[in-house]
Amino acid sequence: MRERDVPQEGNATLAGNRKAVYAVADDGRVRLVASRGWEVEEIVTRQAIDDLARLAREARERCRAGLTSPLEFHMYHARMDVALLSQTTGVWRWRIRRHFRPQVFARLPAALRQRYADALGLSLEALGRID
Amino acid sequence: MSSLIRHHGLPMSEAMAFGLASAILFAYLPFIRVHGLPIVAYRSPPRGIIRRLDRDLGLGMRFERFRSPAEGTRRLNELLEQGRLVGLQTSAFWLPYFPPDMRFHFNAHNLIIYGREGDEYLVSDPVGETVVRIARADLEKARFAKGILAPKGLLYYATAKPTAPDWAKLGRRALARAANPMLRTPLPFVGVRGIRLLAWQVSRLADDAHARLYIGNIVRMQEEIGTGGAGFRFLYASFLQELGELTGYAPLGGLASELVEIGDRWREFALAAARMIRGRDPFDARALAARLSARGADEEKFFRALDAAQRAWAC
Repeated sequence: MRERDVPQEGNATLAGNRKAVYAVADDGRVRLVASRGWEVEEIVTRQAIDDLARLAREARERCRAGLTSPLEFHMYHARMDVALLSQTTGVWRWRIRRHFRPQVFARLPAALRQRYADALGLSLEALGRID
Repeated sequence: MSSLIRHHGLPMSEAMAFGLASAILFAYLPFIRVHGLPIVAYRSPPRGIIRRLDRDLGLGMRFERFRSPAEGTRRLNELLEQGRLVGLQTSAFWLPYFPPDMRFHFNAHNLIIYGREGDEYLVSDPVGETVVRIARADLEKARFAKGILAPKGLLYYATAKPTAPDWAKLGRRALARAANPMLRTPLPFVGVRGIRLLAWQVSRLADDAHARLYIGNIVRMQEEIGTGGAGFRFLYASFLQELGELTGYAPLGGLASELVEIGDRWREFALAAARMIRGRDPFDARALAARLSARGADEEKFFRALDAAQRAWAC
């Protein structure tokens, strides 16, 4: 890539930051050039973010309909999946899935709720709500 | 990493540190999945990079992991008071200065702490252009994140002054060490074989939402993780050029130009994939797979040439 071809397309995902890219300068040397972003990066990052947002949104709707617990929404909201939440909390995956059932979640002891809240970076009270 | 070495009195660019550690690689790891998508790595893991530099330059690197965040913080403070630069492995998701859209649960993000003011740490992070600060609680969260490649509070620091090395000898060894896993590996998912395996996987994708996420994931690993673009190919080209000038070994300049071209073609693959994700071009798994196997052929040719140049290097 030539230095003048380094994309400066102003990615929204970089939130105004710039990133370093290596490119060939006119004298033939490979140098560091600051880039305001490349559309390709924005497309793939947005795609990943949107997919996680979709999972969170669907979980929220199911939660409203009483089909799942707020835990599932908060898990996706924190960009986690069951495997990662399991590793972070030390709770087995099948138990986490069981805690997605609203009746089971409602009866969870405070200590276990606290473990989930810590792992997700939430307060105890926020864990029980969806908004 | 390069700033750690510079701090100890040896001038070193990021590219040089990357190249000397033979960090360039390709690995497709279908058995490690995040949100159902496989890991595609374009460089070797940070631990290995640091280890190799440590051994080659004599940095006397120490690694420490901790059971509890409190212990980890205490030790970090202690080292900072001794005036050391301390490297940390962290999870990108818990770093508040990251742009929100870049915050994924990626556990192998390395940064350097060079000071503390009260409950705030001064961070030198390759991602940001400027120096940033981070609160103690946030840093603890980032250092003790769980999951794949969990950092377990890993910190590292150098204890010895690096001596100015014999660049030719070191460089030659670094080239051999880079070419080896790319060309000669028993593992079908590493090196050139890994690129071909990934191409085969891509060729079998159906035209659905998962397929778009799958190729988006490859491009994201290539362009968004780490520095320099084109899955570290430009960075390594910069290293070859620098080593060539430092040692006067002419073939390295030509290899650097060739690798820049290969990097450009990786970026063309990324562009083609992104256009299909957006629906500007019809989704065509076979076309993408063909591009990938062409990259495999490119890299095989390149690393064979690199290996030959290394063998022919009299020093």
